[in-house]
Amino acid sequence: MLTLSVGLTQYMVLSAILFGIGLFGVLSKKNAIAVLICIELMLNAVNINLLAFNKFVTPTQFIGQIFAIFVITVAAAEVGVGLAIIIAIYRNKLSVNLDEFDWLKW
Amino acid sequence: MEGFPVLLITLLSPVLAALILTFIPRDENKLIKCIAAVGTFISMALSLYVYFAYDKSLGGLQFVMQVPWIKDLGVTFFLGVDGISLPMLLLTNLIGFSAVFASWNVDHRPKDFFILLLLLIAGVMGTFIAQDLFIFLLFYEVVVIPIYILVIIWGSTKRVTKEYAGMKLTIYLLIGSGFLLVGVIALFMKTTAIAGVPDMSFTGLAEAGRRLGAFDQKWLFALMLFGFGSLLSMWPFHSWSPDGYAGAPTAVSMIHAGVLKKIGGYGLIRIALFVLPVGAKFWAPLIAVLGVCGVAYAAMAALAQKDLKYIVGYSSVSHMGYVLLAIGSMSVIGLNGAVANMFAHGVMAALFFSMIGFIYEKTHTRWIPDMGGLARQTPRLAAGFMLAAMASLGLPGLVSFIPEFTIFVASFKVYGGLAVIAIAGIIITALYVLRAGANTLFGPPRHEYDHLKDIHGPELVPLAVLGTALVVGGLLPFLLFDMVNSGIVPLMAQINGALQMVGGVF
Amino acid sequence: MVDFAMQHAWLVPLLPALAFVVIVFLTKPWQKLSALVAVAGIVGAFVFAALAAYGVFTHPEFTEGSLVYGVRWLSMPGLHINVGIMLDPTSAMMIFMVSLVSSLIFIYATGYMKGDPGFSVFFSYVSLFAASMLLLVLSSNLLEMFVGWELVGLCSYLLIGFYTHKISAREAAKKAFVTCRIADFGLLLGMLSLQIVFGTLDLPELAQKIAHFHQYTSAGVLTLIAVLVFLGPIGKSGQFPLHVWLPDAMEGPTPVSALIHAATMVVAGVYLVGRMLFLFSEIPSAMELVAITGAFTALFAATIAITQREIKRILAYSTVSQLGYMMLALGVGSLSASMFHMWTHAFFKALMFMGAGSVLTALHHKADVWEMGGLVKKMPITAWTFVVGGLAIAGIPPFAGFWSKDEILATALNSHHYVLFAMGAFTAFLTAFYMWRLIFLAFFGEENPANHPVESPWNMTVPLIILAALATVGGWVGTPWDNVWSQWIFFGEVEHAAPNYGVMIGSVILALAGIYLAYQLYYVDREKVKAKALAERYHGIYTLLFNKYYIDEIYLWFNHAIVDGSAKLFYLFDIYVVDGIIVNGLGAFTRLSGEGLRITETGRLQNYALVFFLGVLIIAVALAFSSPSAAGLLLGGVK
Repeated sequence: MLTLSVGLTQYMVLSAILFGIGLFGVLSKKNAIAVLICIELMLNAVNINLLAFNKFVTPTQFIGQIFAIFVITVAAAEVGVGLAIIIAIYRNKLSVNLDEFDWLKW
Repeated sequence: MEGFPVLLITLLSPVLAALILTFIPRDENKLIKCIAAVGTFISMALSLYVYFAYDKSLGGLQFVMQVPWIKDLGVTFFLGVDGISLPMLLLTNLIGFSAVFASWNVDHRPKDFFILLLLLIAGVMGTFIAQDLFIFLLFYEVVVIPIYILVIIWGSTKRVTKEYAGMKLTIYLLIGSGFLLVGVIALFMKTTAIAGVPDMSFTGLAEAGRRLGAFDQKWLFALMLFGFGSLLSMWPFHSWSPDGYAGAPTAVSMIHAGVLKKIGGYGLIRIALFVLPVGAKFWAPLIAVLGVCGVAYAAMAALAQKDLKYIVGYSSVSHMGYVLLAIGSMSVIGLNGAVANMFAHGVMAALFFSMIGFIYEKTHTRWIPDMGGLARQTPRLAAGFMLAAMASLGLPGLVSFIPEFTIFVASFKVYGGLAVIAIAGIIITALYVLRAGANTLFGPPRHEYDHLKDIHGPELVPLAVLGTALVVGGLLPFLLFDMVNSGIVPLMAQINGALQMVGGVF
Repeated sequence: MVDFAMQHAWLVPLLPALAFVVIVFLTKPWQKLSALVAVAGIVGAFVFAALAAYGVFTHPEFTEGSLVYGVRWLSMPGLHINVGIMLDPTSAMMIFMVSLVSSLIFIYATGYMKGDPGFSVFFSYVSLFAASMLLLVLSSNLLEMFVGWELVGLCSYLLIGFYTHKISAREAAKKAFVTCRIADFGLLLGMLSLQIVFGTLDLPELAQKIAHFHQYTSAGVLTLIAVLVFLGPIGKSGQFPLHVWLPDAMEGPTPVSALIHAATMVVAGVYLVGRMLFLFSEIPSAMELVAITGAFTALFAATIAITQREIKRILAYSTVSQLGYMMLALGVGSLSASMFHMWTHAFFKALMFMGAGSVLTALHHKADVWEMGGLVKKMPITAWTFVVGGLAIAGIPPFAGFWSKDEILATALNSHHYVLFAMGAFTAFLTAFYMWRLIFLAFFGEENPANHPVESPWNMTVPLIILAALATVGGWVGTPWDNVWSQWIFFGEVEHAAPNYGVMIGSVILALAGIYLAYQLYYVDREKVKAKALAERYHGIYTLLFNKYYIDEIYLWFNHAIVDGSAKLFYLFDIYVVDGIIVNGLGAFTRLSGEGLRITETGRLQNYALVFFLGVLIIAVALAFSSPSAAGLLLGGVK
């Protein structure tokens, strides 16, 4: 009988896939909003990892969960600031295309 | 005077003056200059006192002051003077005092100028009385910053811009100290490993350094040679010297050519030779060859110059070649000559630069074809110029003759034909110095300079101070040589002892 | 008093030196006072010198050993220099002669320099000049002597270039200094070698050691040292080929020319060779070199003097020629004859230069002898004293020059140097000819109506008269019959040369022939047709001689083309190779590498992020492969 047992490995594979998708998005998306979304994906991949380790390594303590909550909070704050910046840039340039933003140069 | 920290006060007097200057309003022109003069005068008087109070028959380090500082690195705040550092200390203060008066007409931001100048003087002085390598390097780095600022703000732009000159001067100083730092750190690690306890004092380093293997000594010495050599404008690391002096304001040229570059020669003898005798022995022929190259090459280049400061710039490279040649001879007579020649050249170059500075101030040119006949309009200035010129070509009766003679004796003995090339340099020196003098001072007077005022009042101080040193040192050479000799003889005895222990290798 | 003077002979150079210091620092604004100080200094020196000389010449033991005393100047292991005084008949004679002639020249200069703006400065310089020369003469140490030697050079530089506004004076001064410097280079090398080989520069000590030089070095090395040392005198005493500066030295005020040509400076070279004769006499080839150089210079300069037109230039070449005689005498081994000629020459040459100065003052510095003429009527004292000088230099008995020149020629003959003797004898003929050519052209014949000469004041004529007297009787101390001179001043053995009547009569005949020829060409022949015809006929030789064999031009070319050219080359190398390629090249390399690396900074966030992640990846992989524990941590996760 096929027993579907979900172990640490499966969680980690899921997390890695999610992180990879996020990373790809961050590196390749032209739209700043999409990049932000992808950063969220990566953060969530980390969250899955944290929770999985919490469940399998220290089931009695909630260190991983607390950490995940922290990450979610920080992510929220980050999105807030990031979106604000993007809006500010959009007002200036009427564009959110990252290729046009190379002011960090030199 | 027992226990009275003479050296510390000598060192701190310009610093204190600089500190006082920070509280003086910036438009108190006269007051600023007077305070600077007093500060340097105290140093000069004290160093004269130390020079004559030093007991030559006793020898060794005297007027010692030692305060432990950084235990883990073996650093102590260690001041002291012996026969080698005393002439340099005296030289620094003679020139420092004169430099203040040579800048008497600086009216552009005088407060900042004199603060930096005083710090520069104190820094240079510190290198000569420090008996601890760390303190030595500390003072050496202190010197770099004022030099840069002084050149780029108060310098003059001729063939090269003052920014270029300042940059070149500073970067060369830093490259020198870069090499030096690597050498010093490596030396420190190795000697600590040998001695067991960290010790940065010269004597401590020397004790352990002489026990280093031949290979270690050789590459450590090479690093130091490049470091100190580039400071001493050793050929081919000399090209900062003419450009730098040309760009720098008078006082900086005086101090830089007069004493600062002597830190190189002093360091070579006091540190590199003292600590690493085997390495020195190995590299001595190279030092001599580079010295002779410097003498001949710079003298020829000086012959082609039309700017007064460039002539003296190249000439100082040429004279430092003699110092290197003397160091390369590795003998008592040679080292005596080297130290004495550094003193002699310091006085002479400082006088030369101060006179050129006045000429430039008055005529607004240093370009020789634009001048002529100044001896009629400014006789005292001309006398000072000729005095410096004659000292430069090694006229007997002036301070530079006997040092050059001793250098020739030592190097001719060791290197023969090579030394002949260097000795032939005196002909070329005579040629360019006399040409410069003749075309600037003699010939038909030019009417555009008829209104010039001869140097007077405070402007006469550099001529009086340095001219006296030139003549007294020349007529009574034992005043200088007894002192130098009391430092060189024990130094050479230790070096020869170390070389004999190695035995057979060379 | 005499003992005091001998024990304190250092006062002799010190007094004029003090005069120099006093004038420079105190009395410069007051001209008369400055002159007084200078004259007082030199006359004081003369008094001391005369006393010291008297002391020496009443103590025959000084011919055996000199009176030497000194103090330590500097010392270090392996090098001891004492400065001191060495008083013996030779130096006693020299200080006496130098201070005497200098005193007369100083007094003369108070008249000659009247009204010159640099009056005080002039007297300070000449005081230093005399002091340096006296120091040189009295030195007991070669290095000390070199100090005096170079200071003499410095003073000549200052004095030749005294008229600073004149370009010719400036160039002449420079030329004098540099030429002597080239020679001093040789002397310095010689001194260094002596110091290294013998370990001392003390003259008495050196003399002892060189007598046994085989213990120290080989004859070859000593020959080299002798040649190097001799280079110095070649320059200072204007010997061929470094004579070029001496004729130009007349650019200075005339008293200076007299000082340089007669009493100080140029005789220093001869004196040095005389002092170092213990070195040269060990090496026969070096002696030959000295003798040949001397004889050749004597003849060479005399040929040039024949064609010159400027009065002081003729005298200058005659100085070169006479110095050649002195060298010749030294080379054939006679210190006595050489010093004797130096002694007489000092009187008659000072006399003639000062006479020329008197003429130049009267003619407002018109120097061409062809434009003079008949000056004897308006300037009798100058003219007749000059004639005395002319008789002395030509070698007519009983004037001073006859005795000394005769001694030299006789010594040359006695030592079997026949060619050199012939050269000397021919030079004697030429000397008489060119000197009397000058005298006939300038002082006799028709007056030039353009000139309005007047006789010079007393302070110029009195020294002339005194010197004329000295030029007459000065040689009587060394007549061949009763040669007091050679019993005092000699090297090695006292020379007992029997009077050589053949040489005496021969040299007088030659001198008279020279004078007669000059008389015929330049006095009897009022229009100088024959002289001009001769110059026309031998045009090539005449031009060659008139242009001094083009030696100046060759040196000038060498200086400009070779020295300056290579200097330029070195400078360009410095600017473009050392500075341009290496130093600025390093700077440019640093800057360009910065420029290059700048391109990698695109400013695009995503590029940075990519690099960032790639970096993390590389580090992770590297760690995984390098250490098992890290691999376990990364891949294995938990413990």
